[in-house]
Amino acid sequence: MTARIGVVVFPGTNCEHDVVGALDLAASQWAASHGGPVPASAELVWHGEHSLAGCDAVVLPGGFAHGDYLRPGAIARFSPVMEAVAAFAAEGGPVVGICNGFQVLTEAGLLPGALQKNRDLRFLCTAVDIEVCTTRSVLSSSATAGARLSIPINHFEGNYTCDAETLARLRDEDRIVFRYAANPNGSVDDIAGVCNTEGNVVGLMPHPERASDPLLGSEDGLPLLTSLVASAASRVAQPA
Amino acid sequence: MRFEVLVEVRLRPGIADPQGATIERALPALGFTGVDGVRVGKAIRFAIEAADEDEARRHTSDMVERLLSNPVIEEADIEVRATAGAGG
Repeated sequence: MTARIGVVVFPGTNCEHDVVGALDLAASQWAASHGGPVPASAELVWHGEHSLAGCDAVVLPGGFAHGDYLRPGAIARFSPVMEAVAAFAAEGGPVVGICNGFQVLTEAGLLPGALQKNRDLRFLCTAVDIEVCTTRSVLSSSATAGARLSIPINHFEGNYTCDAETLARLRDEDRIVFRYAANPNGSVDDIAGVCNTEGNVVGLMPHPERASDPLLGSEDGLPLLTSLVASAASRVAQPA
Repeated sequence: MRFEVLVEVRLRPGIADPQGATIERALPALGFTGVDGVRVGKAIRFAIEAADEDEARRHTSDMVERLLSNPVIEEADIEVRATAGAGG
């Protein structure tokens, strides 16, 4: 059975088609290298839905959900679909927030901390190097710990902020998933991505879907997307 | 009764405020010296129907906690004022 990865579309989301395409590419490459059928396929899920309709993984993609009015993610967290996302996360389902999706996850309280305006008040749109700090998350399980990946960022509010106690907990529990090699935005401890205690909810500012093809200048995002594909596929093999 | 509400949202002390810092650096260029501690926030105004000022304040406080601010990095002051000659 093919696993289904839901990619949530809020009004103002703009990376959903890139994410669907990149996930499908990662899934077909996985099938080509492992043999057998394509393990997962991605589909769009409208934010007004009250259910994830049996999806095996969920991605909140980048963009400007609800215009980023008030604060990025502040309104999106109250979209009907977010109750289903929270319930899915609580039962161990893989949930990934990319860029604006990361902001939504922090506003919803599914990940700690907050994304503040960049230190130098510049909108950043550039490729950066990030380090994979742990492979215990659903977005890094197929990556190599310590690997440097070149992945684009595209944000104004990507400056990860949390209090000292939260930072200590993130470090102690091995929940800092990605760090910037050269901090572009002022994030505390160079954090580019974090996960929850169980590792099934991950948020990151870089866009792995924009590093999924040689034509895009980098394929370094594929191991991350492949990790998510594998997480989704494992839920089909062993239904919760 | 009808009340006018002003909510001032700002970053908590200790949270870096890049907008405030940029404004602070720009002021001396215009000859405004001796300014420090610039912090940028948001002002949100609305009118609310409530039985009394306490209820208006309580509802506003709830809105601040759940939507108007992000308690992780922001705090807020609330001002509530009865609308003079309220018709509703």
